Amino acid sequence: MLTFTIRRLVLAVPTLLFISLVIFMLLQLAPGDPMAQVPLTVPPEVKEKMREALGLGAPVHIQFFKWLVQFFWVEPQVLIDHIFGTTFAEGQLRVLSWQTRSPVMDIVVQRLPQTLWVVGMSYVLGVLIALPIGIYSAYRQYSAFDQIGTFVSMVGFSVPTFFTGVLLIVIFSVNLGWFPSIYDTTHKVTDWNSFVVQLQQMIMPVMVLALYNAAQISRFMRASMLDNLNQDYVRTARAKGLGEKTVVLVHVLRNSMIPVVTVIALGVPQVFGGAIITEQVFKVNGLGQLLITSIEANDLPMVQTLTFIFALLIVVFNLIADILYGILDPRIRYD
Amino acid sequence: MTLKSTLLGAAALVALAPAAFAERGADGHVNVIYWQAPSILNPYLSGGTKDLESSSMIIEPLGRYDPEGKMVPFLAEEIPTLENGGVSEDLKSITWKLKSGLLWSDGTPVTANDVKFSAEYCMHPEGGCAQAAKFEGVTAVEVIDDLTVKVTFSEPKPNPYGPFMGAQAPIIQAAQFADCLGAKAPECTEANFNPIGTGPFRVTEFRPNDVISLEANPNYRDPAKPAFATMTFKGGGDATAAGRAVLETGEFDYAWNLQLAPEVIEQMAAAGNGKTIAAFGSLVERIMVNMTDPSASLPEGERATAKHPHPFLSDPAVRKALSISIDRNLLVEIGYGQAGRPTCNLVPAPALYASDNTDCLTHDIAGANKLLDDAGWVRGADGIRAKDGVRLSLLFQTSTNAVRQDFQALIKQWWEEIGVETELRNVSASVFFGGDPGSPDTFQKFYADVQMYANNFDGTDPEAYLAAQLCSKAPRPESQWQGENITRFCDPAYDAMVAELSRTGELEKRGEIARKLNDYVTKDTNVIIPLVDRGRVSAHSNTLGGVVLNTWDSELWNVADWHRIK
Repeated sequence: MLTFTIRRLVLAVPTLLFISLVIFMLLQLAPGDPMAQVPLTVPPEVKEKMREALGLGAPVHIQFFKWLVQFFWVEPQVLIDHIFGTTFAEGQLRVLSWQTRSPVMDIVVQRLPQTLWVVGMSYVLGVLIALPIGIYSAYRQYSAFDQIGTFVSMVGFSVPTFFTGVLLIVIFSVNLGWFPSIYDTTHKVTDWNSFVVQLQQMIMPVMVLALYNAAQISRFMRASMLDNLNQDYVRTARAKGLGEKTVVLVHVLRNSMIPVVTVIALGVPQVFGGAIITEQVFKVNGLGQLLITSIEANDLPMVQTLTFIFALLIVVFNLIADILYGILDPRIRYD
Repeated sequence: MTLKSTLLGAAALVALAPAAFAERGADGHVNVIYWQAPSILNPYLSGGTKDLESSSMIIEPLGRYDPEGKMVPFLAEEIPTLENGGVSEDLKSITWKLKSGLLWSDGTPVTANDVKFSAEYCMHPEGGCAQAAKFEGVTAVEVIDDLTVKVTFSEPKPNPYGPFMGAQAPIIQAAQFADCLGAKAPECTEANFNPIGTGPFRVTEFRPNDVISLEANPNYRDPAKPAFATMTFKGGGDATAAGRAVLETGEFDYAWNLQLAPEVIEQMAAAGNGKTIAAFGSLVERIMVNMTDPSASLPEGERATAKHPHPFLSDPAVRKALSISIDRNLLVEIGYGQAGRPTCNLVPAPALYASDNTDCLTHDIAGANKLLDDAGWVRGADGIRAKDGVRLSLLFQTSTNAVRQDFQALIKQWWEEIGVETELRNVSASVFFGGDPGSPDTFQKFYADVQMYANNFDGTDPEAYLAAQLCSKAPRPESQWQGENITRFCDPAYDAMVAELSRTGELEKRGEIARKLNDYVTKDTNVIIPLVDRGRVSAHSNTLGGVVLNTWDSELWNVADWHRIK
């Protein structure tokens, strides 16, 4: 198992380098101009100067190499400096955003809490809702509960969040006035009252996303349970006189969880990726909103860094899922 | 105690009363929402409106434009003019005098050195300053004394109000930005995110592309202002959400630039929480006519260049027919409502420069048809006109935007009625307005027959804007397809008039020449077909007072006067 992990980790290095190159080339080839948002009143000569100041004139391979050095060499130093108070990175150029002219990683760190609170919470909540629904739906297959569960998850899966989000805003913010329609990212939880305010502003985005996540995972859970319920070992368990509760929740559930756990692990990188549409709808300015505004503004260093971080997370969580699989199912060991 | 002293005391109390009401920070908190989030608070490093306007509350220029487009002094004692001797007789220099006793928000005095430094900062060759055009032609900025600064130009400048006027060219603190000149400008994140200014507010926290928290500047020059102690300036989302937050839910007090369908705004306003305000500036939605041949059959490098005149749009009758067949009133009604007025002018305002040209406002399909008949364009079997084997079939492009696509569909219909076949196309705004010379889809390259977009000019003087139509400014391969003369219109008579304008200092005369230039490219030649004079619609809550919408400067130009109506 250890050799497997190490082999995979070593293999991840060229994979990630290749991914970063692909992202970079794709962004280079994509049409668009960081000056497109500058008003037409700014003359073209001035725009050309601004492009030069952004380093756009440099040849492509140099731009890529600079990014590699800044991301893999300077940024870790900044992190070390931040933790231990050292000054390794002093005076070195970090990855700078074209829009804000400030270090990309600082903004990412600033955006993480919102995304983790809202998108992370919705993921946890989605899983908590999905598992019982999936289990019971499978156990009582084709019952009224199963039919309703299927219907709800189909709705959650197929109705886009920009529709459910706006619908919730119109009902709960405009008509009822219960919750704010605009998320306050500067709000700090210090006491009970501010915690209530935080709950109020989180509830709508979290519910919209939780519905979507729950829909997906509950279908997986149901399918996996159904596979196992018809197995011989279940009949054996029942035949030797075990109670239904033990059969379903201990024997079947444990075996059914193996694929579901990997699915859940593979979904975690999406949490960090943020929810582009939901974040826009509720103005939760997290990582998803950061990515979309950077794409609109053609802020290539920001887009490159964000997409690369997402790629990194996906590679890491794929590895985690594989290892979890081995731990949960002793039959599958990679040695 | 005599009666006299009692009365005097009472009188004094009455006199003091208004002052006691208008106390700095007395009205608590105000919430502003911009659906485009500010990225940086240094307008010299970003040309974006969102960045200009948010920073305008913190850093100020010497003078601003008011809602009528008139100049008002802000940090300056008065606006220098020829009459008061501030502008030299040869129009080659302008001398500004600062108000005395001005303090930065950190408590240090504002001096002429800061003004000089602001110019140096923007004029640095490696800085990539977004407002460099404001400082064009400046040869020297000299400090005369602590409060006086003299700007000298290389040639006579009839409009010397480029530097230090308006939201684009504010004064920044020399001490704060001293190490941020040139290539170092982007490294000064702290200064770019939290500039020390003279404006009514100062930053407490700046989160790029998200939210700015501000508080009243303790050193603001008017001790009674601003009325609000703190402000949250939220960015992001979309115009609908911003309008909803002010007009429907009442969470926010002010929403900027609600580019929404007229009926959507009406519905929102019906909730009764706030009202919309509109004002007009110089922004005109127009159709540009390509005077060169964009045909794909021409080799790259010759396509859409002066080498090949357009096969049928070079006929003035065709251009005129295209213009008069458009029903501008209907376009306004459908696309802009309160935020638009039909126009035939490229320069719709200020009054001095606006021509009385209204001929195109009558929707005249019959007239257009007659014009084309007379010019020899005959309808074929398919209803499309042709002459000498050239069919009136054109490609009409614009940026992707719901209103523009509505306009395209309507205009296509009118043009088909006069026998002009129209193919529609829309391009993503980031590509269309991006100047990538490698892309065939930019508005500069203009690989289409006609295209629609909006443009305006900074400040109130249209000279540079009208000079965009100069022959030499046509985008072409030699200029890497950069250039402002999008139509490639080329007329020595026009160029001569622009040269005359740049030599004329007298305001009346300038107005006359500018109106002539405007008419030349619009009603005389129809090279530019103006459609809609686009205003700005913003919304504020019923309890927010003092809002005066201004399209000539930052919308937040008078934020110091905003207050809570109780």
